[in-house]
Parts: sequence; structure tokens; C-alpha cells
Amino acid sequence: MSKESVVVIFPHPDDESFGASGTISKFRDEGIPVTYLCGTLGEMGRNMGNPVFANRETLSSFRKKELTEAARQLDIQVEMLGYRDKTLEFEPRDEVAAHLKERIEALGATIVITHYPGYAVHPDHDALGAAVVEAVGKMKEADRPQVWMHAISNNHELDLGDPDIVYDVRPYWERKLAAIKAHLSQADGMMSLIENNTQASEQLERLKTERFYQYSYK
Amino acid sequence: MDAIQQQIVQNKIDQLAGKDVYVHLETTNGAYASHFDENAYNVGAFIRNAHVSYQHGKIVSTGGSYRVGLKLDLGWVYAEGLTDYEVDDKDRLLMAGHDREGRLMVALEISETPFSHEADPDE
Repeated sequence: MSKESVVVIFPHPDDESFGASGTISKFRDEGIPVTYLCGTLGEMGRNMGNPVFANRETLSSFRKKELTEAARQLDIQVEMLGYRDKTLEFEPRDEVAAHLKERIEALGATIVITHYPGYAVHPDHDALGAAVVEAVGKMKEADRPQVWMHAISNNHELDLGDPDIVYDVRPYWERKLAAIKAHLSQADGMMSLIENNTQASEQLERLKTERFYQYSYK
Repeated sequence: MDAIQQQIVQNKIDQLAGKDVYVHLETTNGAYASHFDENAYNVGAFIRNAHVSYQHGKIVSTGGSYRVGLKLDLGWVYAEGLTDYEVDDKDRLLMAGHDREGRLMVALEISETPFSHEADPDE
């Protein structure tokens, strides 16, 4: 088997920490390189820190620094793809896919982790996930990495059934929490959304298990 | 950002009147509104770098937050719910309204130079 390489592709700084940092930690402990291709700077986020310390014009700088710190915590490489927050679904998908294909091939990915298009709540998540699926589909069958997709939407199991890959990430919980907290401007807001949610314990439990559906090109 | 001081903001609005300016106007309740509350609606809009010139503008207190209206030759720029402001090192007037948790709900920003995608490295 060829040398393993994991490429994580999400649109915002912090998606990697909330969505896949337990799985990322598992791979890093196994000595497998992990690269995060981060689509945007999350510069249109509405969390500005609590108390507020960022504004619309400085948020991108904070989020870039936060991502660098989270990547240090997780011991992964980061590449910024340079798209603009909230706009990915309006970019021509084939152009984004061609861009992603070039990076996936250059990094020799054997596993690509992204969002499940249509089940990922945020339009940027859905759009980038769809572009990843297209990018890998354009590769020769023998060269294709596995595509693992993270679904977020409520009740997605009703449509999708059980996920193909399930990791109990409690052994990596400390690292996951440290990575989430590195995203200072975002962590409080997202965590309080989760904690004040009517299904708070369910939402928190969700963070302790990471589930992925594997895309089938057949 | 600091709590809006009406007179300071009004002076800045007056200073920028009649000039070619770039406007960032935005409102959002977040992409996760209906995910975390099925009764909520996701609503948002933004326009970045609208290139306009306004005849005059005014900031009005509503007791707690502020409205700003800018009169254009052919229309208006309007924002409600503004609570905080900053005149940054590029002399841009940045205004925003935040909820109790500090989340941005509305923003209105006026600049004599275009707003960039990414802040300068030294910012």
C-alpha cells in the first residue's frame, strides 16, 4: 500500500477542530501526515469574541492566527485556499474542483475528509464538499483517495443511514478541546450555542464521536 | 470597538458626506440559526464595496442602539441596531450591532478606500 496521507478540506478556520480534530489526532499518533486545506478565512463570521475583540475588518487576521495555533496543537500542516467566506457556492464548481484536484494530487492524499454535500448546514460546507467529490471523481480510479464526508444536519441519519466510519474520540478529547479553544474568536460563541441548545447533551456527545460517510463512485 | 458616541459618529458621517466612499453593509443571524432552532429562519444580506456618494447622513438614537441613514442621489443606505463603533487606523468608520453574546447582527462601514478581502499583515 502506498504511503498514507490525509487531507482535510473544509471552508472555515475551526471546521477542522469541531468536525475532525479527534480523527486528525488519531492519524497523527499513527505518524500519518495530515494537511488542512482551509477554503476561506471565515472573515464573515458573526462571532467576534466574547467579550468582542474583533471587528469585520480585523476578523480575518484573528482567525488566521487562531488557525495557526490550532494547527500547532494538532501538529498538522495548513494551506489557505483563498476563497471568500459565504461565497463558495457561487463560484464555478468545476474551477474549484480543478483547484482541489491539483492540491489533492500534489499532497498524495490517500484519505480526503470533507463535508457531506447537502447535509452540512452551512452553504460553504455543502459547496466545498461537492467540489471535493467532483475533484476526486475527475481522478483516475486507481489514484483516487477515499472520500470521508462529515454530515451535520439534524436527522441526517434518516436519509443517510448509519455512518461508515465512527471514531470514539474521547481518548483525544483534551487535544480536541485545545484545538477548539485555539479558535478564540469563535469557540465561546459556538460552545454556548451548543450548551444552550435544547439538545445540549446530545450536541456535546456528538463532538465526542466523529462519524463519516464514505463516498462511493460506483 | 467601543459603545457608540453619537456626536463623534455624526461628525465622522458629516466629514465623509459628498465624497466618493465605499460601503460595507451587512446583516446576519448566522448560518446555523435554523440548525440550532428549528423555528428560526436563516436571514442575511451583505454588500461589500458599494461605491457611493451620499449627500448627508444622520445617526439617530433609539435608546440602547442606533440607526444610521445616508441619503444618496438615487436612494438610501440604512442600518438599524448599531451599538458599537470604531474609527480605525485607516480612518474608516466601522459600526456594528452585537447581541448579548457579542455576535454581530448588523454592520455598516464607510471608507474612502476599498475594503479588502484580507486585513494587512500588520493589522
